[in-house]
Amino acid sequence: MAKQYETVIGLEVHIELATKTKIFCGCSTEFGSAPNTHTCPVCTGMPGSLPVLNKQVVEYAMALGLATNCRITQVCKFDRKNYFYPDNPQNYQISQLYLPIARDGYVEIDTSAGPKKVRIHEMHMEEDAGKLVHDEWDDTSLVDYNRSGVPLVEIVSEPDMRSADEVIAYLEKLRMIAQYLGVSDCKLQEGSMRADVNLSVREVGAEEFGTRTEMKNLNSFKAIVHAIDGERQRQIELLEEGKEVIQETRRWDDNKEHSYAMRSKEDAQDYRYFPEPDLVPIVISDEWIAKIRAQQPELRTEKLERYKKEFDIPQYDAELITESKRVADLFEKAVELCGKPKKVSNWIMGEMFRLMKDKSMEPEDLVLSPEHLAKLIDMTDAGTISASVARKVFEHIFTDDVDPEKYVEENGLKTVNDEGAIWEAVEKVIADNPQAVADYKGGKEKAFGALMGQSMRALKGKADAGAVREMLMEILKA
Amino acid sequence: MEILELTALELAKKIKAGEVTVRQAVDAALEKAEAAEPVINSYVTLDREDAYAQADEIQKKIDAGELDSPLAGVPVAIKDNMCIKDQLTTCSSKILSNFKPTYTAEAVENLKKAGVVILGKTNMDEFAMGSTTETSYYGPTKNPHNTAHVPGGSSGGSCAAVAAGECFGALGSDTGGSIRQPSSYCGVVGMKPTYGTVSRYGLVAYGSSLDQIGPIAKDVSDCAAFLEAIASHDPKDSTSIAREDYRFTEALVSDVKGLKIGIPKDYMGDGLDPEVKEAVMNAAKVLEEQGAVVEMFDLGLVKYAIPAYYTIADAEASSNLERFDGVKYGYRSSDYEGLHNMYKKTRSEGFGAEVKRRIMLGSFVLSSGYYDAYYLKALRTKALIKQEFDKAFETYDIILGPAAPTTAPELGKSLSDPLKMYLGDIYTISVNLAGLPGMSVPVGKDSKGLPVGMQLIGNAFEEKTLIRAAYTYECATGKQYEKMADLDGAAAQSQAADGKEAR
Repeated sequence: MAKQYETVIGLEVHIELATKTKIFCGCSTEFGSAPNTHTCPVCTGMPGSLPVLNKQVVEYAMALGLATNCRITQVCKFDRKNYFYPDNPQNYQISQLYLPIARDGYVEIDTSAGPKKVRIHEMHMEEDAGKLVHDEWDDTSLVDYNRSGVPLVEIVSEPDMRSADEVIAYLEKLRMIAQYLGVSDCKLQEGSMRADVNLSVREVGAEEFGTRTEMKNLNSFKAIVHAIDGERQRQIELLEEGKEVIQETRRWDDNKEHSYAMRSKEDAQDYRYFPEPDLVPIVISDEWIAKIRAQQPELRTEKLERYKKEFDIPQYDAELITESKRVADLFEKAVELCGKPKKVSNWIMGEMFRLMKDKSMEPEDLVLSPEHLAKLIDMTDAGTISASVARKVFEHIFTDDVDPEKYVEENGLKTVNDEGAIWEAVEKVIADNPQAVADYKGGKEKAFGALMGQSMRALKGKADAGAVREMLMEILKA
Repeated sequence: MEILELTALELAKKIKAGEVTVRQAVDAALEKAEAAEPVINSYVTLDREDAYAQADEIQKKIDAGELDSPLAGVPVAIKDNMCIKDQLTTCSSKILSNFKPTYTAEAVENLKKAGVVILGKTNMDEFAMGSTTETSYYGPTKNPHNTAHVPGGSSGGSCAAVAAGECFGALGSDTGGSIRQPSSYCGVVGMKPTYGTVSRYGLVAYGSSLDQIGPIAKDVSDCAAFLEAIASHDPKDSTSIAREDYRFTEALVSDVKGLKIGIPKDYMGDGLDPEVKEAVMNAAKVLEEQGAVVEMFDLGLVKYAIPAYYTIADAEASSNLERFDGVKYGYRSSDYEGLHNMYKKTRSEGFGAEVKRRIMLGSFVLSSGYYDAYYLKALRTKALIKQEFDKAFETYDIILGPAAPTTAPELGKSLSDPLKMYLGDIYTISVNLAGLPGMSVPVGKDSKGLPVGMQLIGNAFEEKTLIRAAYTYECATGKQYEKMADLDGAAAQSQAADGKEAR
């Protein structure tokens, strides 16, 4: 019988913090600007420039540490990591090795076998590097230092994950926590969340870990899943052939769905870490920690419980709504405005999620405002528009965040309340459809539906369906 | 010319009174520089046009009553490791030979606010690594007292320029004695303030945890005035300290009665030139006569300062100098294959031998497997040395000793034996390790006519105590720079001077 293997995975996750300015200077952290427009002597490593720590970075890192059950290091320091590369303007990166900001935490993830704790070894603050742009045509390389000095937190997990599913659950959990805290938008495609995967395999039941490799350049959840499957397979094949897994860093090529070795342990760089002499130690008082803890916004689990209790929303709905802070915020604001949690939830769970799925949109891409959603619900309840009109209007709110009141006005979609007009339309439908009328009178209930549909169509959906039904019944009975 | 005989404060007074114009002051200094430079080589950059432009602007402000600083209109020089916007800042290195920063060092900015005229940038040991100003890419600076001798280093250009009258004061930087030792060799007053007193923003770093900018002046009063002008709390430098008191000139009081002065026995023992010893002991006697209590005492760990210093300074330097890679600014090798070869050739060609030696030493002590044995041990030694000073300052107000074991050595005699050269830093280095203020005050000359400096070391933030003692000594003995003047003769004796090397 073939041997059974277990995959052992630990992650190093980089999260870009959403501060307005960089970690050691006053330059903007804005993404997507023209190259080298958010730079200064500090973040381009000019001689004589000195770093000054952005306090917000420490507070965001503390918030992340507290939310993941870490111990905050109350005297923490920065260290220099020395390596030569052109995207690294000083040829050293200011990071933390000896006394990182937070240690010994965990997050809980849901797995098919129930909840599981993934332990966090440590969390440290550091600066991001610039970006190299290779111009193949000109055979030159250019550097953009806009990203140089953007604050990062690196979260190092223990090797507690056993499958790609668990890795994704862990990453989603971290992303949710960071987004709920408002410390990062965690967009993988923009690089504001990055993960390196440390993976080894061992026979099921083995006590010792196998030799691990580190996989870099994983830019999407999909790439992470593929890389994990590929690397697991590669290592198992090596072991099956009686070969050894070499401890090395590998680079994932998502186009080829293949990884290749970057450098082995023997070539590992000596970073010559030492304490950063240009920065003083950060002393974090109990009061400071208490303040950050007190400012901590409600996280997902608490929010979910509250929704069930306060709004009487079912577990499943509450789970979906709180999965993204963006959606939860939308929900809560709309409820606050219209006071109808059930109806808001129905719109979000129904129409909104359907449209998001159709257009494969992420919650971050949503444009509709809670004000307009609340107004739409109010208008429907007041009978100003019919349910079918409301669905149409919602689509426009969803895509362009139109004001429903204005939109209904401009497009003449108000419900027809004129009884005479309804009566006239219904009578005409009855006169035009003698067969259906005969069927109904002959006991075919279904025929009523057809007549009803015809009537609504004639009224262009603007009439209240209840009123139409009543009149139709009245005329047919007569 | 009598203007040159004035101190900075005296000159500023005359300018304020309208007896001398700023232009006249600049004329005097530039004229002197023109005559001295071919031999002395104090300056890397001397910008006449810019100096006159500054002079006119400052004169206007003085005339309009907008500038009321005690240093307004005084021509000064800046060591070439401090950035000045749009001006060449080379650190006397080939690798920065074309570098013009886009910003000005905070200390220089402060000095400009005080209304000085900046004449130019002074020569130094490459990246401040050296004790003779011979490791400069721009050739050595000569000692104005005897041009066959070095001016000391690394702030040799600044000290020589002040001693030769090529400016009325200068800024230097001191990582292990780079202000005090050349001040001693050149017969001028130099002060390294408490770490954190003067902002390091814009100072090209050598050993970040030890570097401190300080003034070099003709006499104690000028030194205090320059320090008062440059010291500030700067939020751009995280190691800058907000001090309660920046009024250093208030300490210009001739009174040391009851002041307790300790002389470490180890500072007066083996390796100290007898003539230097005599001059320093005589100076101590002067202070004693003025009412100070002077005693010999045991200061521990003196011999551990040099290895600890060279480990820490070189480790930091190896990292600080990584940014000079030919990618963004500075020198780049003209002939290379690919990135790594470009790095290698640029740095091989761009750095001099002493800088390379220290980069290699520093990289070694930080290497994995050696870090604990060298760097960490050096950090612990540093902490212990600080404790020894703390203990001494429980008893003494000032620690007194020589600034260097000898007077200025002859040119060309030091670099061949780096270990011996490093040992020459023995009296100054521990002051940097402990972050304390130290000052060199001229106390006479040896039989060869070379100046001797007395070093005064104070507890942290006690610059005023040092200034008071130095001022008392000066009042009792007469101004030393006046006795040491007549440098023209000395400059003339060196006919063999080889002038500046081509850039």
